[in-house]
Amino acid sequence: MLKIDIQRSMLTSEGKTDLKVCSEIQSNELLCLFGHSGAGKTTLLRILAGLTTPDKGRIVFNDTVWYDSEKKINVPPQKRNVGYMFQDYALFPNMTVEKNISFAQKEKNKEEVDKLLTLFDLGTLRNQHPPKLSGGQKQRVALARALAAKPNLLLLDEPLSALDFDMRLALQHEIRKAHEVLNTITLMVSHDLQEVFHLASSVIMLRNGTVIKEGKTADVFSQATECKSRMEYLSL
Amino acid sequence: MNQDFVNTLLLTGRLASWTTVILFIIGFPIAYLLAYKRFFLKAVVEALISMPLVLPPTVLGFYMLVAYSPQNAFGRFLAEHFNTRLAFSFEGVLIASVLFSLPFMIQPLQNGLTSIPKSFRETAYTLGKSEFTTFIRVLIPNMIPSIITATAMTFAHCIGEFGVVIMVGGNMPGETRVASIAIYDEVQALNYQTANQYSFILFIISLLILTLIYSMNGKKKIFF
Repeated sequence: MLKIDIQRSMLTSEGKTDLKVCSEIQSNELLCLFGHSGAGKTTLLRILAGLTTPDKGRIVFNDTVWYDSEKKINVPPQKRNVGYMFQDYALFPNMTVEKNISFAQKEKNKEEVDKLLTLFDLGTLRNQHPPKLSGGQKQRVALARALAAKPNLLLLDEPLSALDFDMRLALQHEIRKAHEVLNTITLMVSHDLQEVFHLASSVIMLRNGTVIKEGKTADVFSQATECKSRMEYLSL
Repeated sequence: MNQDFVNTLLLTGRLASWTTVILFIIGFPIAYLLAYKRFFLKAVVEALISMPLVLPPTVLGFYMLVAYSPQNAFGRFLAEHFNTRLAFSFEGVLIASVLFSLPFMIQPLQNGLTSIPKSFRETAYTLGKSEFTTFIRVLIPNMIPSIITATAMTFAHCIGEFGVVIMVGGNMPGETRVASIAIYDEVQALNYQTANQYSFILFIISLLILTLIYSMNGKKKIFF
């Protein structure tokens, strides 16, 4: 279980605002952070990874305190064991596909690498360097690499935003696969409703740094509220 | 070709090589700090490092001579503890040369580091890699053109250095008389043929180094 109760000031296009999130995320949840740009989705993801420090609050993952402003605890990203997938995938151009994946392993295990290459259909690309890959292939390598570290938590920052519509549909399946393989919490940033409906078991909806709605996907976007939510979303 | 001529060129190469090696070792940590860390008076540190780009070499040379003098703290410390005087010695010229070439090493390295997307470093951190491992395995391999530019520029600049060397080292054959000073000296003695030989060699070396640097710009992808 992931307990988040944090506050952090952020600078958006509309000026300075506070990101305030207080939520509990159950194990095995595939949760979507939903909201328009500047709502604080990526900032929240970075805070969970330890890449951005909140101003105050507390983050606890399965009884381990990752951050506590009062007790001055702030576990560095290296010790949190999270898999973070950036929007640009951040594949290392100097390493082949296979090396990118094995670099992520804490203990070298070639069999595991082979398994991941097969799982994400990357076998024929193992010796290629990332600049030569298509967007979809890069996304699959980035997912495989994130999984290779066997993370406690998988954080995906708009994993499909750089892809065309057909590719998005195909790769939603890969994300689900990654989530199931890890059998842990996955947090994914998105502002695509279709993607959220298709993938997420629950949703946190953010607006200007504040959680305006959270719960099971179906409840958050239920018939009665969906129209309002859509309107809210579009009016932002 | 007489022995003096060869010795002068070897000394020039020795000074440029040592300066480049020392600056490579101390330049990388400084470039890393300037590229990624925020600290008090960072702008002042950056300005100081860039000073040799705008400052007459004689200014630095003058202050180095003052510092080396046994009448001042640094010079006295060296004289009392190591029985060494740096003025008009190879070591003294080397220290001045390192200081004067700082921006030629640090600026390309700093630019190389800042041009690597932040997400590369952050991904490595989330994968449990330390800053050092990230530096060795991720950053260095992805900035090879910048490293070549930095070392080549430092070496080339050092070969052409005149003002600092003549201020700090004077014109002592085999100790501080580098090619650029020899040219001046030979011209003063109306010995144009030897001056021309030195000049031609410096011209060719500088041209080769700069051609190597510019050819890097178009071939960044050859490394991967």
